[in-house]
Amino acid sequence: MHEWALAEAVITAASEIAEKEGLKEVTVLKIKVGELQQIELDILEFALSQLKPDKFKNTKINIKIDKAELRCRVCGHQWIFSKEELDKNSAEAIHFIPEIAHTYIKCPKCGSPDFEVLRGRGVWLESIKGVR
Amino acid sequence: MGDPRISVVNERLKEIRNIIAVSSGKGGVGKSLTASILALALVKKGYNIGLFDLDFTSPSTHIILGIEGVQPREEKGIIPPKVHGLEYMSIVYYTSNYALPLRGEDVSNALIELLSITKWGKLDFLIIDMPPGIGDATLDIIRLIKNIGFLVVTTPSQLAFETVRKLVTLLKELNVRIIGVVENMKMNKSEFIQQQVKSLRVAVLGGISFDAKIEKSIGNTVSLLKTSFAKELEQTLEKLGF
Repeated sequence: MHEWALAEAVITAASEIAEKEGLKEVTVLKIKVGELQQIELDILEFALSQLKPDKFKNTKINIKIDKAELRCRVCGHQWIFSKEELDKNSAEAIHFIPEIAHTYIKCPKCGSPDFEVLRGRGVWLESIKGVR
Repeated sequence: MGDPRISVVNERLKEIRNIIAVSSGKGGVGKSLTASILALALVKKGYNIGLFDLDFTSPSTHIILGIEGVQPREEKGIIPPKVHGLEYMSIVYYTSNYALPLRGEDVSNALIELLSITKWGKLDFLIIDMPPGIGDATLDIIRLIKNIGFLVVTTPSQLAFETVRKLVTLLKELNVRIIGVVENMKMNKSEFIQQQVKSLRVAVLGGISFDAKIEKSIGNTVSLLKTSFAKELEQTLEKLGF
C-alpha cells in the first residue's frame, strides 16, 4: 500500500511542474514504473485518481512499465529481473526499497551482489502536457 | 522529467519540530550510541521522539536498543513502529540482518525512498544516526532536509578530530546549523579537543568519559540509561536546554 505514498509524490511533483509551466489544466501525465519495485498498478492508479487536484480533473494518466535490467559490475553479465526467482519476503523488501535487491539478488553468472540497475528501478515522471 | 519522490520529502517531515543528525568524520567514535541514548534520554524527558538509522551498510542502533520482532505498518506509506517509547526506523526491517552492499548512488536512492515513504507522527525531535564521513548520505541529508542541525561526535584522538574538522568546515561552508561537538571516550582532563572546537567557532557540548562498562548494557535500554555515558550525555542535553 505504499503505492499511495509514491502516488502522492507523483502528484506533488507534477503539480509543481504544472505551476512552474503556467498550466491551467493538465491533459496528459506520463509515468514510468520500473518492474524492480513490483508496484501494484491497480493501487497506484486508484491512488492517483483519488489524490489528483482540480487541475488534473480530466488528465489522461499513461503508465508505462519498464523492465528491470541489471548489469554485474564484476563480470559484466546483463540480465532481466524476474520476481519469480525471489521468495515472498525478499520480493516484499525490494518492493519497499529497491536497493534491498543488493541483499537478495546476485549475478546469475558470478554470484556478485555488486550490480547496477540499468533501468526499471522506481517510479518516474516522464512528461506532462497541458493547457496554458 | 525526473524523480518525483524528492517533491514529497519535506511534506513527510513537516510535523517534526527539530531534526538532529548525529554525525562524525570517522567511524567508531560512538555516533550510534550517542544517537540511541540521546533519543532515549529525550523520551525520558517526555518528548515525542523518532530515531532513524541512516547507516544502511552498517546499521547498529537496533542492537544498541535491543529492537527485534517489530516491523513498520503499511498505511498509504510506512509507519515506523513505536519501541521503547520512540518511533524507530531502520533498513534492518528489510534486510533481516543480511549484508547490504551499496554504492553511493544506491545509498542516495535508498535514502530518498525511505524519506519519501516513511510517515512520521508529530515529533519534537527526529534523531538521525548518520554513517561516518562526508559522503552521499551526508550530502543528501543537507540537500533534502532544510532545517537540519548537526550534532558532531569526536574522540580525543587527533585522527578523529581531523576528520571532524573537515566535516565542520563543510557544514559551515554550506551554512548548515551545527548544534555543537561532543567529545566521547575521554581518558583524561586534556582540553586539546575543546580548544580545537572553540577555534572553529563551534559550541563545545562537553565531554563523555570512556565508559568501559557500557558494552554490558548493549541491548538493554533500562541499563543503558543508568550508565555513566548516559548520565554525562544528559548533562549535555541540559546545556542545550532540551
